[in-house]
Amino acid sequence: MASDGVNLSVRKGEIHCLLGENGAGKTTLMRILYGLYQPDEGEIVLNGNPVHISSPRAALSYHIGMVHQHFRLVPTLSVAENVVLGLDEGTGPFLNYRQTGKKISQIADKYGLVVDPQAKVWQLTVGQQQRVEILKALYREADILIMDEPTSVLTPQEVDQLFSTLRTLVDDGLTIIFITHKLDEVMEISDRVTILRKGKAIATVNTADTNKPQLAELMVGREVVFRLEKNEVNRGEGLLVVDDLHALNDRGLPALRGTSFDLHEGEILGVAGVSGNGQRELAEVLTGLRHASRGHVTLAGEDVTNRSAREIADASVAYVPMERKKMGTVPNMTIRENLILKSYRQRPFSHGMFLDNNAAEENARRAMSEYQIMAPSIDTAVKVLSGGNIQRVVLARELSGDPRLIIAAHPTYGLDVGATEQVRQILLAQRDRGAGVLLISEDLEEVMSMSDRIMVLFGGEVMGIVDAGGAEIEEIGLMMAGERKEEVESASTEVA
Amino acid sequence: MGWETWIITTLSRTLAYGTPLLLGTLGEIYAERSGVLNLGVEGMMIMGAYSAFTTAYITGNPWLGILVGGLIGGAFSLIHAFASVTLKANQVVSGLSLTMLGLGLSGVLGRGWEGKPLPNPIPAIVVPGLSKIPILGPILFEGQNLLVYLTIILVPLLWYILYRTRIGITVRSVGESPATADSLGIKVDRVRYLCVLVGGVLAGLAGGYLSVAYRPAWTEGMTAGMGWIVIALTIFAFWNPAHGMLGAYFFGTLYILSFRLQPWISPEFLKAMPYAFAILVLIFVSRGTLQKRMGAPAALSVPYTRGEE
Amino acid sequence: MQAPKWLSIERRPIPSGRTIFTVSILGIVAALIVMAIFFAAYGVSPARAYGAILHGALGNWHGFSETLRRMIPLLLIGVGLTIAFRALFWNIGAEGQLLAGAIAAAGIALFSGLPDPLLLPVMFIAAFAGGAAWGLIPALLKVKLGINDVITTLMMNYIAIYLMEWLIHGPWKGPTARGFAYTDTFARAAWLPTIYGTRIHWPTLVLGLLLALVMYMLVSRTRSGFEIRVVGENPDAARFAGISQFKTTLLVMLIAGGFAGLAGVGEVAGIHHRLLGPLNISMGYGYTAIIVAWLARRNPLAVIITSFLFAIIISGGDVIKVSLGLPFQLINVFNGLILFFLIGSEAFIRYKVSFSFRRQ
Repeated sequence: MASDGVNLSVRKGEIHCLLGENGAGKTTLMRILYGLYQPDEGEIVLNGNPVHISSPRAALSYHIGMVHQHFRLVPTLSVAENVVLGLDEGTGPFLNYRQTGKKISQIADKYGLVVDPQAKVWQLTVGQQQRVEILKALYREADILIMDEPTSVLTPQEVDQLFSTLRTLVDDGLTIIFITHKLDEVMEISDRVTILRKGKAIATVNTADTNKPQLAELMVGREVVFRLEKNEVNRGEGLLVVDDLHALNDRGLPALRGTSFDLHEGEILGVAGVSGNGQRELAEVLTGLRHASRGHVTLAGEDVTNRSAREIADASVAYVPMERKKMGTVPNMTIRENLILKSYRQRPFSHGMFLDNNAAEENARRAMSEYQIMAPSIDTAVKVLSGGNIQRVVLARELSGDPRLIIAAHPTYGLDVGATEQVRQILLAQRDRGAGVLLISEDLEEVMSMSDRIMVLFGGEVMGIVDAGGAEIEEIGLMMAGERKEEVESASTEVA
Repeated sequence: MGWETWIITTLSRTLAYGTPLLLGTLGEIYAERSGVLNLGVEGMMIMGAYSAFTTAYITGNPWLGILVGGLIGGAFSLIHAFASVTLKANQVVSGLSLTMLGLGLSGVLGRGWEGKPLPNPIPAIVVPGLSKIPILGPILFEGQNLLVYLTIILVPLLWYILYRTRIGITVRSVGESPATADSLGIKVDRVRYLCVLVGGVLAGLAGGYLSVAYRPAWTEGMTAGMGWIVIALTIFAFWNPAHGMLGAYFFGTLYILSFRLQPWISPEFLKAMPYAFAILVLIFVSRGTLQKRMGAPAALSVPYTRGEE
Repeated sequence: MQAPKWLSIERRPIPSGRTIFTVSILGIVAALIVMAIFFAAYGVSPARAYGAILHGALGNWHGFSETLRRMIPLLLIGVGLTIAFRALFWNIGAEGQLLAGAIAAAGIALFSGLPDPLLLPVMFIAAFAGGAAWGLIPALLKVKLGINDVITTLMMNYIAIYLMEWLIHGPWKGPTARGFAYTDTFARAAWLPTIYGTRIHWPTLVLGLLLALVMYMLVSRTRSGFEIRVVGENPDAARFAGISQFKTTLLVMLIAGGFAGLAGVGEVAGIHHRLLGPLNISMGYGYTAIIVAWLARRNPLAVIITSFLFAIIISGGDVIKVSLGLPFQLINVFNGLILFFLIGSEAFIRYKVSFSFRRQ
């Protein structure tokens, strides 16, 4: 159930925030509003009339516009061309550039969205590109604007500009629905906020009447967190030291801004946080798949910063990536082959130039029984396996050879209950064996129950590291939403 | 001959030879701009040449011949469109197979037609008055035919459509980012079909021009690799019709010069230049911002499936 | 595209070997049927035409030997292409690489002044090097600058053609006869031995068969083969596994270009014994080999069969011209049809199409 009986009411001319973690149901709700999904039950009432939004075009006809998190722009076209792309305007096939340009400039000036209609989109900064997206909606006469995590790609200055634009829009009578997980923004920009959790709308409050700790509590809930049966942590030597790590993401924006932490043998350090705050980039830097522009990574005393993926794997570091099919395995190849994807260069799997197929076969049989991989044979192609079995293959491969550091990114994502349980047990067993485990997960419950210590990433920085034993979920929730630990502590003393 | 006459005849031949190059290139530019790589141009050209010749011969009307040439080229291109867009097959292989088919088929069908001169080719024209302009006059206005002028007019028209109309924006968006275009309600498949069709028709017209106007006769394989030069030209032109015109006449000049400069410069060297230039252009454009400014459409030769990214 | 309601299209998760085989056969059959229509249009019964082809290509020793000798370049190039295609390197430039190899070999044969026993071995090495070098340029452009391999390999074809034209008309010009240019004939020591009474230059044939076997072992049994397959199947995972796409691409192009070069020396040292007009040497083998490799589903051993098959088809061209008076260009049509139906049929491999007349 992505959305379970959500009631949302938005007043005209207000900025209404939708707050929640990943998986809370914000995306689904928004897609329904924009006509990308159809609700199974319930209705949408617009200005007092029930409406049926069957497609984005229908949404536009109701003057609902959307600014996506990942822009829908064609880089080589100009601003004006992007704005009119897909429109059926009455003037026939010919585009009156001057007229369009003028109309765009008019709208832009009205709302303070400075942009050159003739500029090519690839030349614009991200903030400017976002303005084009907004202009697209305004050009189509939207008066309700849905914005999906709009600040995730902006610099602080650009965020300020965006907010002032939003205020101008609202002054002119537009209504804005603003989806976010950042408490600062909610407090700064919204008039009211609806908190979603696990597909339900928990509450709708006036921003003026609430505060961050309250919102965080609503966001993550006060349920009793299920604690796993696990042994006492036996924290050993320092294993991994990360110091002031900086890295860019695929779009060239800073993803890690000075991340620092350490990890010891025999412990699980959980990384909590809403996805998109640097977790992926952190995992990739640590495994040699991404370049770090600044900072150091030290593994058992040795500086491994920016070493290649192969060298890091050879240094006994295991990586269980989130994208099992895209990166973690070669789906068209067999189980047997995937199991030696990293170790094929070494004995016994190859002697000099040649692969030893028998050794690979034996290894595959052993792995299949040890990890209970369900498949017709070792020569089955990985792509026909279920998610759980694919993950078992990945684990069997990565954990062979008793790695000393294991980086697991969303390891139970998309798995059924049985597989999830098994994966968790495997990771715990590794930790008991003395490996250090960095567990990245969006599932806060999982992080809290499996980890010995918990680190929260927000905006590429570590907001704080707490002992799992004594951690309060609200505290973590606050950190996930942008509050640093020190501020959390002072805030909680206030509330108490 | 005096140097003045030499220049005039050279440039005049360039204009004539460059016309089918230009026609083919304009078509291929549109096809590739929508994201479909059409390596079947050679096959479409030669089928156009064959059908234009036979039609003109039988009906006595060269213009009808050219028209039929274009239609046949278009029909061929629809096969490529079906394979590339609907079946999402490998575009390289599909195009190559159509070239093989076209060359073979025209060879088969054309067997009885060799050596028959066309009684009614497209007539050469002398434009009164304008042809008296010194130097330019004889080049441009004496001995060319209507098709040459029509082709020249086509250039600004196609340029305008590509860069200044809604149609052009749609085409370019489909070739750069079909997912974005799709999400904005544009029918990617339909746009690609149309653009490939345009490419095929123009290729067919180019072939027709060769057999009905330039050298009014049928010879097997008479396109002599012009289709491949068109592929090179499309790159050289940075996928821009205006540059395509310059490039077509430039490559045409190289071709004509390869004969005329034979005593001094090796003809093979000049004939190889277009291909070398294409590679150089690709290298030049591969750097960062140039890629975006002038490079190939980002989605070129990649079949598009909604939701599969 | 939305499928009409009476057509159901499901994606097949993994096509079984049987499906692939069946669909490929169906593709060939479709081409055969269309060809039969052509034959009938010429007033020749298809059965008679096919019979004549098979008889001419296989039924007598002369025909069979011609078939075999045509198989040689297809085999060599085809094997190389299967390797290139496995790494997703679309090498359309085998024609040019063949010619580059031929040029290199001819250069050695005509001008190196090497002692006789060394001549042929060095020619083979030079041909491999020439073809490999010709293939390396597009490979470098792809890995360093991300330039499309289809276009660069295609362009290099024509540069090779004109290079050879220049050589035979210019610096390497031999005696000219009736307006055709060619180089001097090679010294006897630079002639490949042939099976008595035929044109089968058997050392190259043996080399081709050996290389097919070696490449098969490479792909299935060696580390490099493993890396090539991973790079071709999933470049992201290849990066993850620490496999260098750079080295792998260079390796496959070395092989593909080098093998095409070997086909080139085979032709000039085994058949023509001099350099002729480029198209008379490459005879479209570089393009036909693409179909050969494609039909072999990128399996080097299967290339032995498919190259033989296509050699029969090419021989068939001679047969229908001589015995039946049909235009030999029909063979090009046939090739085009096969290739076309092959890739068209791939849609049926990937998707299972069934007709359902139930109400949706």
